[in-house]
Amino acid sequence: MASSFTNWIDQRFPMTKMVREHLTEYYAPKNFNFWYFFGGLAIVVLAIQILSGIFLTMHYKPDAERAFASVEYIMRDVPLGWLIRYIHSTGASMFFVVIYLHMFRALMYGSYRKPRELLWIFGMVIYLCLMAEAFFGYLLPWGQMSFWGAQVIVNLFGAIPFIGPDLAVWIRGDYVVSDATLNRFFALHVIAVPIALLGLVVAHIISLHEVGSNNPDGIEIKKNKNPETGKPIDGIPFHPYYTVKDIFGVVVFLIIFAAIVFFAPEMGGYFLEHNNFIPADPLKTPPHIAPVWYFTPFYSILRAVPPMFGSQFPGVMAMGAAVVILFLLPWLDRSPVRSIRYKGPIFKWSLAVFVLSFVILGYLGLKPTNVWGQFGPWMGGADRATVVAQICTVIYFLFFLTMPVLSRLDKTKTVPERVTS
Amino acid sequence: MMRICLAILFCAISGISLAAGGSVELREAKINPSDAASLQRGAKLFIDRCLSCHEASYMRFNRLTDIGLSSEQIKQYLIKDPSVKVGDTMTNAMRPADAKVMFGVVPPDLSVVSRSRGADWLYTYFVSFYKDDASVTGWNNALFPHVAMPHVFWQEQGVKVLQHSDDGKAVLVEEVPGTATATEFDRMMLDLTNYLVFMGEPAAEKRKQIGSLVLIFLVLFAFLAWAVKREFWKDVH
Repeated sequence: MASSFTNWIDQRFPMTKMVREHLTEYYAPKNFNFWYFFGGLAIVVLAIQILSGIFLTMHYKPDAERAFASVEYIMRDVPLGWLIRYIHSTGASMFFVVIYLHMFRALMYGSYRKPRELLWIFGMVIYLCLMAEAFFGYLLPWGQMSFWGAQVIVNLFGAIPFIGPDLAVWIRGDYVVSDATLNRFFALHVIAVPIALLGLVVAHIISLHEVGSNNPDGIEIKKNKNPETGKPIDGIPFHPYYTVKDIFGVVVFLIIFAAIVFFAPEMGGYFLEHNNFIPADPLKTPPHIAPVWYFTPFYSILRAVPPMFGSQFPGVMAMGAAVVILFLLPWLDRSPVRSIRYKGPIFKWSLAVFVLSFVILGYLGLKPTNVWGQFGPWMGGADRATVVAQICTVIYFLFFLTMPVLSRLDKTKTVPERVTS
Repeated sequence: MMRICLAILFCAISGISLAAGGSVELREAKINPSDAASLQRGAKLFIDRCLSCHEASYMRFNRLTDIGLSSEQIKQYLIKDPSVKVGDTMTNAMRPADAKVMFGVVPPDLSVVSRSRGADWLYTYFVSFYKDDASVTGWNNALFPHVAMPHVFWQEQGVKVLQHSDDGKAVLVEEVPGTATATEFDRMMLDLTNYLVFMGEPAAEKRKQIGSLVLIFLVLFAFLAWAVKREFWKDVH
């Protein structure tokens, strides 16, 4: 019965073929470690966001007069509306947690190296879409931080020479962030960006399955095939081995996710900012505008670059470059080995310093620039935090710019023939 | 336009901090969100004393059933206007334009004030009013200087004046005693704070209850998932 039904489908749609190619006969290296959970988790969070988002859309009103009230309506009057909303707001932050760890994994094990350059680029475009998605979505609750955050970010485009001011008006649909902006951000958040995201995720996975997964040793398992079966010796079928392993990973992740949703949905003001419980007021600028935590490293870079010729544009450029430079990673890394396991001390130290400065930039982006006070007159009374952010910004860029040279100079270890366990 | 944009951008980027608060340290509000009696007293205080000027337009009266009141009790003891139904939200009859004339500002909606300000801030604010002849209302607040709101509970608390101690700290000194003792007044303000926190997120207690069950389920599921994984992976070397 089952097989005749399967036959009926297979004559019309390549179901069995696809299951084989992508699950039961997709051979993944058997030595995946902790860091290899995050790709699958990103898909889980994407599904969570789409599902919870659909239900939020049923009750939310994209109207400057009613948006804030409709969110409170969801929180109070819609049955379990509070749960759906917290799942969505927690999901937004957890998406970035998962993606940052996923990207760090690629950085450690050289997963962007040939032949996975395009895989990395698809991933980077997904990351850009995710930033756009988060930014558009953050306006929708129409609180003070939604409004002023959007105002600041759109004004960044206004700093572009010549076309900037017109471009900013074009994005907002008005001279300030307004009902017109809210409506278009809603459209972009629920339709345009999610469609792009889904397509890109499919492209990301197709190219992954074309070239095969990298692994903590950075070895191509396809080079070592069993001569009889033609299957990689160090590979195991994705299903059932990695499906059962990933189910365990997903459940552990959901424990953390649920702990936040049910016991700390605001995460101390980092996932849901306190000021965003004040309705948007275009006439009242909050004393301190900070983006949500996942944007703060780049926001810090923006603030660290001083205005030149009375223009904020250099800072905007630096912020953009900080993201764009990640695209170039496959061509910046000239090391003869992929994985950190066989790279030398130069890479290990520079990666550690890079991660540290990224975290410091992230922390400083949450705080006003006077958070650490000022230096004495010997430094012209400059803000300590600004100087530290400037140093970290330089380190951030140096990590990438020195890579073509340092990765060649670094002492590497011999890569084994087979994966290690 | 360009200039305004740049000005806003500059303000945001340089992170100019115009601290809105005074120099008062926040007091810890020791409230118990599962103390129904405290929440009910707080609800009564809020509706009797705050609601004539402020609104809580996202909060329905019948949501007070979550803190142990029946619809009949809500109608009998809390709703003063017979035309207001128990399912209505907590609004008042004051027109915003009139409020602006009377107070200089429209009193803010308090539905979610606890979520932007926090319990400690609210509690400290309530106990920090002092007499100030220079202000329009005759009152000022050490935590929120020049606040447009008068001291609503002055009869209970009595009249305080602001003095500076030797180390420059602001202290409030009692000039005229109130009808309530210091302990009674403190409890009143804690009840009110407790209620405002409840009103900020009425589902909070239910959230934690459901959360415990969800976590227990997930932890059990994790054991099962681990066992399945281990079984399948036995033959991977």
